[in-house]
Amino acid sequence: MNLDPKAIREKLGIGDDKVYGVIGEFDDPHELVQAGRRIREMGYTKLDAMTPFPVHGIDEALGIPRSILGWIVICVGLCGTATAFLLIWYCGAINDKFVIGGKPLFDFTFSIPIAFELTILFSAFASFLGMWALNGLPRLYHPAMNYRDAHRASDDKFLLVIEADDPKFEAQRAAEHLRSVGAETVEVVEG
Amino acid sequence: MEVNPPLVRARDYHDLSEQISSIVEGDVIKTPRKYWITLGITSSITILLAAMLTYLVSTGIGVWGNNRPIGWAWDITNFVFWIGIGHAGTLISAILFLFRQKWRTSINRSAEAMTLFAVMCAGIFPLFHTGRPWRAYWLFPVPNTDLSMWQNFRSPLIWDVFAVSTYFTVSLLFWYTGLVPDLATLRDRAVSKLRQVVFGILSLGWRGSARHWTNYEAAYLILAGISTPLVLSVHTIVSFDFATSVIPGWHTTIFPPYFVAGAIFSGFACVMTLLLIARWTLNLQNLITMKHLENMNKIILVTGSVVGYAYACEFFIAWYSGNIYERFTFWNRAFGPYWWAAWSMYSCNVFIPQLYWIKAMRRSLPVMFIISITTNIGMWFERFVIIVTSLHRDFLPSSWGYFRPTWVDMCTFAGTIGLFLTLFLLFARFLPMIAISEVKGVLAYEKQLFKGQAVEVAAE
Repeated sequence: MNLDPKAIREKLGIGDDKVYGVIGEFDDPHELVQAGRRIREMGYTKLDAMTPFPVHGIDEALGIPRSILGWIVICVGLCGTATAFLLIWYCGAINDKFVIGGKPLFDFTFSIPIAFELTILFSAFASFLGMWALNGLPRLYHPAMNYRDAHRASDDKFLLVIEADDPKFEAQRAAEHLRSVGAETVEVVEG
Repeated sequence: MEVNPPLVRARDYHDLSEQISSIVEGDVIKTPRKYWITLGITSSITILLAAMLTYLVSTGIGVWGNNRPIGWAWDITNFVFWIGIGHAGTLISAILFLFRQKWRTSINRSAEAMTLFAVMCAGIFPLFHTGRPWRAYWLFPVPNTDLSMWQNFRSPLIWDVFAVSTYFTVSLLFWYTGLVPDLATLRDRAVSKLRQVVFGILSLGWRGSARHWTNYEAAYLILAGISTPLVLSVHTIVSFDFATSVIPGWHTTIFPPYFVAGAIFSGFACVMTLLLIARWTLNLQNLITMKHLENMNKIILVTGSVVGYAYACEFFIAWYSGNIYERFTFWNRAFGPYWWAAWSMYSCNVFIPQLYWIKAMRRSLPVMFIISITTNIGMWFERFVIIVTSLHRDFLPSSWGYFRPTWVDMCTFAGTIGLFLTLFLLFARFLPMIAISEVKGVLAYEKQLFKGQAVEVAAE
């Protein structure tokens, strides 16, 4: 990105002296996972990685918990089922009693197709919107983007982040630790 | 032990980003002239569609050839045809994902786009067949004062409204979810201000964080999981439009599985047509390999044979039921006034794909291109045969009739083909046609698998 991070920081009122964390760069997803595991063994807890594709094992290595999205989706999906039955029952048997073809005003059986479709529709919206909400996206700015090579995290580089919020964080030491686990380039990132 | 050859041939991750993004990033002016000429032709045909619909709305539904007893004709044929085409996109992106078929990654993005465009084309027909498309909100349970009644939820037609609109929405969400990481790649590579802003907004601030990927993969898995029964339900409900009626030739329980198999069959053929063109014009031989094409041809063979079984079963049941109307309908289908439609369908759908039992045929580009087109012709005829031949002669010989399409029918259908191709051409040029992040995942897996061996860049 060419947008000047300094100007963005000024606009958002973020000082220059604030440190976001230390980022180390890797060439290979397996190196990243191994490095992540060793960094975590050193006692760091606020870790993240930035990768061009989902790297399997990294969540476990960094101690990232399983996504709770499934629970959100099942609740919203069941609301969709209920919506369909209530809608058909209210429209057909309460609000406007209109006999067509001698069929009952409301029945479970003929409600199934719409109930099924609305379950799917609600679940899809829950998983789409829920995913963005859990990820805190969309957002215009993130300090990790100040890293010199941040744009390569969507191309061919695998970044390991030790965030400044970590109780054990001390910029110089964290940088040394990242180098010791094999990071080629290490940089303290402001934000 | 023999290991399958690698699916993806690329030197490294950067090479992949480069190859796929460069199609999108190329200078618009430098796009090959053949692209603009093709786009010019297809968009002219799309204008024809707009003209036909304007003519229809301003004159009346009578400009189509529909008559009594054939109240459903080309409009519903085209609707079912386009919906069916869309189904392969969801099948490739969702069902093959659940089965962990890694070969799907090179083709799923374009197949999903195809789904969206096909469903758009499909929607046009029932919408305009209502005669008053400006009243389209009457199809949905929206409280209003001018209708003063609710939809008839006992009718499969309203189920169909829910099925098709859900299908379009879910396909769109699924497609966009898959697109976001690639849009971020394009954003990060962008040089011009315009690209930075456009892809910056579209990629929603995606930065590939491991936390994001965890939720993203959960969402992707759930969307795949719910799309799978959805795609089966959509064509099942489409078939209910027919199966719940009492018309001989429609009133059968075989319809749901038969329609779903046919949809997958025609959809795969359509993906094949589009991919072969894209592979040839954009030089994607190292990403869409012969292995991909052969696998798709195997699916075409299987689904074509399932459809063939369904045809045979229908004839058997018509005879075995002992019902004279049912027997007559099927005799009339094969040897009545529309015999040419029925035999086109049997030849294109059942007989021709049997060539795929031979390996050389499955791997021959000209053969697969021709079969992909004959399959779609055959599947269009299938819907025509089911709809028109069943309606034109039912119980009472006094109300028998014959359907002939008008020039408006033909131009409208041609127009939707133009719309479909225009949208697809725009997509292929301006969005990443192959899922970059997913293919990188496969490359990482193969790098591990073929450790020590050089994975070379080679065209077929």
